[in-house]
Amino acid sequence: MPSEAEIRLRERLSKLGGMKLLRGAKLSGELDRLQDQLDRLRQEPSAEDIWRSVELARHQDRPYTLDYVQRILDDWFELHGDRGRADDPALVTGIAKLDGRTVVLVGHQKGRDLKERTKRNFGMAYPEGYRKAMRAMALADRHGFPLVTMVDTPGAYPGVAAEQHGQGGAIARSQAAMARLSVPTVACVIGEGGSGGAVAIAVADRVLMQENAIYSVISPEGCAAILWRDAGEARKAAAAFKPDAAHCLELGVVDAVVPEPEGGAQTDPDGAALMLREGILAALEGIESLDPERRRRERRAKYRVMGILATT
Amino acid sequence: MSAGQGRVDVEIESKRAEDAAAGKSHPNTCPGCGSHYRDDELAASLRVCPQCGHHFPVGARDRISQLADSGSFAEEDAELRSADPLAFFDLRPYPERLVEAEMETGLGDAIVCGGAAIEGEECRVAVMDFAFMGGSMGSVVGEKFARACESATAGAVPLVSVSASGGARMQEGILALMQLPKTICAIEELHESGGALFSVLTHPTTGGVLASYASLGDVVVAEPGALMSFAGPRVVAQTTREKLPDDFGLAESNYRFGHLDAIVPRSELRPTLSRLLRLFRKAA
Repeated sequence: MPSEAEIRLRERLSKLGGMKLLRGAKLSGELDRLQDQLDRLRQEPSAEDIWRSVELARHQDRPYTLDYVQRILDDWFELHGDRGRADDPALVTGIAKLDGRTVVLVGHQKGRDLKERTKRNFGMAYPEGYRKAMRAMALADRHGFPLVTMVDTPGAYPGVAAEQHGQGGAIARSQAAMARLSVPTVACVIGEGGSGGAVAIAVADRVLMQENAIYSVISPEGCAAILWRDAGEARKAAAAFKPDAAHCLELGVVDAVVPEPEGGAQTDPDGAALMLREGILAALEGIESLDPERRRRERRAKYRVMGILATT
Repeated sequence: MSAGQGRVDVEIESKRAEDAAAGKSHPNTCPGCGSHYRDDELAASLRVCPQCGHHFPVGARDRISQLADSGSFAEEDAELRSADPLAFFDLRPYPERLVEAEMETGLGDAIVCGGAAIEGEECRVAVMDFAFMGGSMGSVVGEKFARACESATAGAVPLVSVSASGGARMQEGILALMQLPKTICAIEELHESGGALFSVLTHPTTGGVLASYASLGDVVVAEPGALMSFAGPRVVAQTTREKLPDDFGLAESNYRFGHLDAIVPRSELRPTLSRLLRLFRKAA
């Protein structure tokens, strides 16, 4: 006898179009886990709920990657530079201990005050940043260290130099590098998961998303400017493309939603860090013991089935 | 990203309306030199202006007949159509845009895939069509490209990709973004099986398609004058207030900066691809 939540989940899934759902089989095996989370999350996020996530994801006091590094990891040693051209402060990489094991961390980094925001380029990385990330990934693979990434960017930087240095190719290659890794990988969307610049470091065995983070193909303002021809319609755009955690979980894009303290991560960064740490450890536990080749195969298989199709 | 897709899409829509109103700028008028052509004249020159060399856009079916040996193309996965997972509605519902695009182009989505031979060399081809919603990549484009990789692996032949895209398809939200890692994982599998990918970038290849499979060919070439940038010129100009160089994002600039193996004029594309196919042919 299916539970109420299962029925609700199935209803919501079938509402997604009424056609063959390629992910149906996979979801049924994970219903228990999904159920717990769906119960925790609001039933169907309203347009207001979604916009609240957008605002919280961008909140000026929201913890950033290095805030979590400080609270979750021990003995952090930052690695600088792409060994070719530059060190991109919008994307940080380093090695540290997580609960006794050495891990490699890669994450976007925004700035807290005006000076640091400028230095960090608002978390918008250049190709040099993604090349630094790939260097850190290769290091992790070489030494068998699990890789943890933290995603928090409005998007990859759209500038003349960024294009000249190969922004598109760098984002593509960074994803390919993650698809190739033999070590366990966990990606956490901790704020803004903005488009290609976000997924560049988020192709992982387990993708976690904080309750009030957003993950999207384009910014609400960008979408509104194009489809509504008015950037002021960002709320409508966000309601239409649904970048909130509940929808990302439902669509199979993230594997789990990590709860935040009441009112959002900025109200209690220590509490938020504790929950994120628990989420990362639980995710690692589920994948660390797997055979590396099987882990890599399953990672690719997960992405291979993403999307919803119809046939004539 | 998909900024490119929608923007180009919108520009085309508005241009059409303006042009119709002003009664000017026939699609066969060369934007490079202003020469006029009949359809058959343009087709005979592979849709390249004989006066100035401007490369007019080419639809997926025309592209395949330009590249493949006559009668060699066998389409695969033609039955796939986009769903509307988000019940997306902007000024119009997404399904309405899909139906209109299918009626205008005669295509099921923005990519056509299948088996073909190029100067006798067997391969698979995956060819995009910009006329279908700005060549945007949603679940169907990602799925068909991934299946083309698998078909190439199964047939032990290389895959030739011809891209023309404004980026990811906004109307499919985050699932459109997920087509980037999906196509990339498929290429990884192709490469691990020893298969090869040749990527031909045509005007324009931007956003999510440039940031995924179009950039990952064993050999990457582009047509002259093709725009290939992650962010479109307007987004860059608006965000940074930088003055853009005249050749911003063009194939010629990308070649200079080391992002392309060659710029190949359309008349040379078929012989170039057959050469590559021969070079990559494994000893039996």
